[in-house]
Amino acid sequence: MGITTNEIQRVASLAKLRVEQSDVGELSSQLSKVLDLVNQLAEVDTDGVEPMVHAFELSNVLAIDHALASLPRGEVLMNAPSHDEECFRVPPVMG
Amino acid sequence: MSATFSRVNGPSELDRLISEKSCVRIACRYPISHARQFAGSGMHKGLSRAATFPYSLSMFDTRLSLRTLRESIANRSVSCREIAEFFLARIEKHNAAINAIVAIDPEIAIEAAKAIDRRRAQGESLPAMAGIPISVKDILCTRQGTTTCGSKMLAKYQSPFDAHLVSRLYESGAVLMGKTNLDEFAMGGSTENSIFGPSRNPWDVARTCGGSSGGSAAAVAAGLSPASIGTDTGGSIRQPAAFCGVCGIKPTYGRVSRYGLIAYGSSLDVAGAFAHTVEDLALVLASIAGHDPRDSTSLPDPVPNYAEEIHQTPTSLRIGVVREHLEDDGLDSELRDALQASIETYKRLGASIIDVSLPHSKYCIPTYYIIAPCEASSNLSRYDGAHYGFRAEPAPNTSGLSPLESMYENTRSQGFGAEVRRRILLGTYALSAGYYDAYYLKALKVRRLIRKDYDAAFEKVDILLGPTTPRPAFKLGEKINDPVQLYLEDLFTVGANLAGIPALSMPIGHTRAGLPLGMQLQAPPLRESTLLAAGHWYQQQTSYIPSIPPAFAASST
Repeated sequence: MGITTNEIQRVASLAKLRVEQSDVGELSSQLSKVLDLVNQLAEVDTDGVEPMVHAFELSNVLAIDHALASLPRGEVLMNAPSHDEECFRVPPVMG
Repeated sequence: MSATFSRVNGPSELDRLISEKSCVRIACRYPISHARQFAGSGMHKGLSRAATFPYSLSMFDTRLSLRTLRESIANRSVSCREIAEFFLARIEKHNAAINAIVAIDPEIAIEAAKAIDRRRAQGESLPAMAGIPISVKDILCTRQGTTTCGSKMLAKYQSPFDAHLVSRLYESGAVLMGKTNLDEFAMGGSTENSIFGPSRNPWDVARTCGGSSGGSAAAVAAGLSPASIGTDTGGSIRQPAAFCGVCGIKPTYGRVSRYGLIAYGSSLDVAGAFAHTVEDLALVLASIAGHDPRDSTSLPDPVPNYAEEIHQTPTSLRIGVVREHLEDDGLDSELRDALQASIETYKRLGASIIDVSLPHSKYCIPTYYIIAPCEASSNLSRYDGAHYGFRAEPAPNTSGLSPLESMYENTRSQGFGAEVRRRILLGTYALSAGYYDAYYLKALKVRRLIRKDYDAAFEKVDILLGPTTPRPAFKLGEKINDPVQLYLEDLFTVGANLAGIPALSMPIGHTRAGLPLGMQLQAPPLRESTLLAAGHWYQQQTSYIPSIPPAFAASST
């Protein structure tokens, strides 16, 4: 089963990636080959098999209920492409 | 924060980023000229003493083991500073040929070594790794220097915290000496997809050192680091260890905290170690394993004393030989012969050899190449140009997108390399409406069947033995344009990640052309001691001596 160029553009938009028209052909052929590989799974009988999300299915791992210091604001903001004294700055959300 | 790594061997893209003034706290203490000097002919003052390093150079191979380094530190035949200078001099001389180490701060390393020497002089009892130089894959967060993941996206990123295992290494007295090259965000098996350019195999520089922890494997193989930390999501420690002729261990999932390990496939990722001998692996693993409340998947089970338990001779060891692996058509014939010889050795030592089957083996790669990209597409959604890392400006005419959305799109399209974009697209596709059940859910079900195969096998045997890779190291560039060919290289390694079990790779010889061959041992969850003891036993009984590629032998340092 291949992946069509329309599907590539749809998935790229979901992943917030842009795929140039000139790259769609090669990408489609590469991803289709990967899909051919993974489609082998269709032949495995998995009726009644529970999905395995994690190697060790731990649940309700609780942390000790007390406040811990978070990272210093200044050190965190230093890595931001744009920031003011307190906040991250981004381009307009509406526009 | 005293972040002062110097760049070595960065390609023009990185030079450009570094030359933009805004980026670089990394250059604040060392001007770029220093980095160049480090990579090139000169070396900063203080390293001249390396010439008086007291080891006999002819003993180079064996004396690089952590065990010998520790003994020399303990009996005061050498200072930690001299050890640091020795390895810095080797890095200066040999790193350019293999591009294994991508950032290093010699002064901080020497200061750290001197601090250990002072503690020793005061009669303090020193922790297990005191004075041992160690390099760390550049996907593990260090406050020192940058943590780039080999990506333009994080080329300037300076972590405000140390990864749990990095803190543990400091506590154990280790001297951090270099961040190592990798495939971007650990996605790849050849260390060719890196902003720093490819790393090379010390045994043949036209070939890959494997990946994604290729820089770590190459650094140990070439004698630039006596030990190194890598990460393994589908074989990224074991495959480069096999290609470079060193030992590498991927512990049980959750045995080492993922806090500060930048996520690729969260249900598969685990950090582990490279070294020349299995005994050395035990020492490093003991220093980094253990529970960490900051990683909710970290296992609370107590950590055995690996360094002690490794010496317990595994009498009546039951070794399972995975028929599907040894009889695989794609298996290199010299590798098959070497494996047969290793099986004979174990038999001679008194182990029982039992044929076992992992019937779902052939589905490991399809399962992995759904689950890992799905998890990657989710994990890498955090790179949005807002909080940290690279940002591209929004397009002036955003054609239906808001300026914010356009910034996201430009940032992610320009900041990620081709393989990372491919895996994000694949994962997004497999998780999208209409495909989720057919791909992701199906893969999770097959994952359970794969784990059940292992559980059944481990009812009959203590460990599994087989090849680490189908073939020895391939040539650089050979598979870069054909993702599927590269994915198939992971045939024997991904099973351990899907099942969450520990596995190690160790050298068992060379091809006639001189390329290293690797054997993989796998054990049930949390049975690292069995795995390490079996590997150590083999190395003891075969009088294993690590070899260094001739071009990197200690002719001058």
